[in-house]
Amino acid sequence: MVMATQDVAALRASEIRRIGRKKLFGFAIPAVILAYAVYVFFAFDILGLAERARMDNAAVLVSDAVSYKTHVTRDNRSGEITVAIEGSRRATYAPDQIPAWAEVAGETAEIELRHGHRVTYAGPLITYHHPEFGDIVIDTSNGVDLRLSAEAVPDFINASGNRVSIATEGGRLSVTRNRTETMRYFAGWEMFFFDLASPYSGMSAGEVFATITRGAQIDPAHSNFGLMLSNVWNNSIWRHGDVFWALGETILMAFLGTFGAAMIALPLAFFAATNFAPSKAVRFVIRRLFDFVRGLDALIFTIILSRAFGPGPMTGALAILLTDTGSFGKLFSEALENVDEKQIEGLASTGANAVQRNRFGVLPQVMPILLSQVLYFFESNTRSATIVGAIVGGGIGLLLTQAIQTTADWEKVTYYITLIVLMVVAMDAVSGRIRARLIKGDGSGK
Amino acid sequence: MTDITSSQMDRERLETVREDYLQMTQRRRLYSGLLILIFAVMLISGFSIAEDRNAGGFLEGLHRLFDFPADLISEAIEKAANLPGHMVDALPALIETLNIAAVATLLGCAGGVVFSLLGTRGLAYWPRLIPFFRRITDILRAIPEVVVALVLIFIMGGGPVPAMIAIALHTMGAMGKLFSEVNENTDMKPVEGLQSVGANWGQRIWLGVIPQVLPNYLSYGLLRFEINIRASAILGFVGAGGIGYELKNALTFGQGKFDEAAAVFVILFLTIVAVDQLSSSLRNYLTKGTF
Repeated sequence: MVMATQDVAALRASEIRRIGRKKLFGFAIPAVILAYAVYVFFAFDILGLAERARMDNAAVLVSDAVSYKTHVTRDNRSGEITVAIEGSRRATYAPDQIPAWAEVAGETAEIELRHGHRVTYAGPLITYHHPEFGDIVIDTSNGVDLRLSAEAVPDFINASGNRVSIATEGGRLSVTRNRTETMRYFAGWEMFFFDLASPYSGMSAGEVFATITRGAQIDPAHSNFGLMLSNVWNNSIWRHGDVFWALGETILMAFLGTFGAAMIALPLAFFAATNFAPSKAVRFVIRRLFDFVRGLDALIFTIILSRAFGPGPMTGALAILLTDTGSFGKLFSEALENVDEKQIEGLASTGANAVQRNRFGVLPQVMPILLSQVLYFFESNTRSATIVGAIVGGGIGLLLTQAIQTTADWEKVTYYITLIVLMVVAMDAVSGRIRARLIKGDGSGK
Repeated sequence: MTDITSSQMDRERLETVREDYLQMTQRRRLYSGLLILIFAVMLISGFSIAEDRNAGGFLEGLHRLFDFPADLISEAIEKAANLPGHMVDALPALIETLNIAAVATLLGCAGGVVFSLLGTRGLAYWPRLIPFFRRITDILRAIPEVVVALVLIFIMGGGPVPAMIAIALHTMGAMGKLFSEVNENTDMKPVEGLQSVGANWGQRIWLGVIPQVLPNYLSYGLLRFEINIRASAILGFVGAGGIGYELKNALTFGQGKFDEAAAVFVILFLTIVAVDQLSSSLRNYLTKGTF
């Protein structure tokens, strides 16, 4: 009885100590994380980042992603006026195509901007009609001369000796000695389906449908529908054809890398599994080989391979292949170590040789697991292939990095990102469905 | 008399069963053979397309495969005395890469816990919003890190923060899914017990669910940390700071600076292997209770 009370007292004391320790832990872990957060705050220079961050870049990005601008440009020397979307030569309106908001006649032009703003080009005089501020006249006959009706220069005008630029909610005007350029913004993505060279350019969806179903044949070589498809596919601004090829390249890299790796890893995994390896030495060597390949990392492989094979999908596929061979080797050999020996023994008792034992005794057992792992990797490799493509220069990753580096085509960046996300989601859905079927098992073992 | 007919019938039935079975096996063999054939054709034609669209051919490149590693190694051996110095020089960049991965893993796991709790049937605070939170994690998971990183670099300039945010977002999506799978397997009895004594949602989760799932969470978190180190090294190569950026710089200098590149390769490899080992023994401890 006395013993028991002593026991209880001792137990009580030890429990109290344990709870005390736990309490301390409970406070210590958040404290450590907090201390780490403070350290990182200074190591990453978050305060400096707030200063360095270019919020104007962010604004440009967001507005450019959902809108486009059309430039009305006059060469002040020759007097030639061109109207082009984003100022691109491939998207220049022919004289009969110029939209109604810009009236161009020879060297003069009358440009209607948004919110009642207007710009007139008349000989050397450029006039910006601001509904609240009044007219702003810029004389280009001798340098660039800004004439204001008011004394002070308002903050939407930026004037220096040989350049005047005006940016308002209506649009933008920039005048230099050589060039006068007015930009008007529009919502949406320009010429997403048809470029200006296409006969369908500027038609509404209903008009396109009517042309396809009832209209006279435009091109004798193609049907109207075929012409429409080829015009969309070969769109010179958005290059849908090239973009889809690039997407295909990315999926191809993931496909070849994943399944190639699986085919190399499967036979090797037999040598790395405890119950199949011919000797401990072989097993050790193969295992270390897998570890080494896994540890070397996709980045290092990508660099080495792109030096040997140059940029392209083959290089990307090989980089994924090499990295995944290591991962698959490890996973497969673990799966092989867990096989049921009974079926193999049964086959052995009928006199099956090693190949037959593995084919009929082992593979049917592990195949669903292995295939589901391979599909899971395929799925995540479509994502990796985008990144690998950005490094080796292939597939949609390359297009994306190029579009981001030019920092002008944010609508294209948005387009590519949308496509990448759709591709990944589609891959996830397909492989998820197949994996669910494999794990449930339809009995075929294939 | 009856005996004979019945055994005859049995034999006939056996015959038909046998034939059916053989036919079925044959059909199945044909199908799997066709499947393998289609797969092989896809693989071969895939490789030939990839080969066509690649800048350099596979066979021409093959003998060059070891040129670069050989250059690298020979130069590293030649200037072996410089290697330790270069490694020390690259250490701050390595620490930056590790920091990116660690912060991204912490933030990502924290977000993942929240998303998973809000997206698990039976535990969610707003049961009707479960599909909404699940779609969010799906989207976070679907966007490759490089996309977010490149866009953020444009806004914030180069440095560790864009990479950190990019990896954290992706981790949030991945962990949200994994954790919600863990949550689905929790024993609901403690939760119900807590509910019966009037515990609110936060208390039920904190006292009823978290103690059950924490070891699994930690183990997945560690695994993610390994993955994130690799990801942050890769993003560095695209311009987001850390060891990847260092590596890219060393490589662009080309021949003559290969000893620097070799040093970076070595410490990157060693770090990855060390973290893998450490985390795998920690994970073993978490799931099995032994190192």
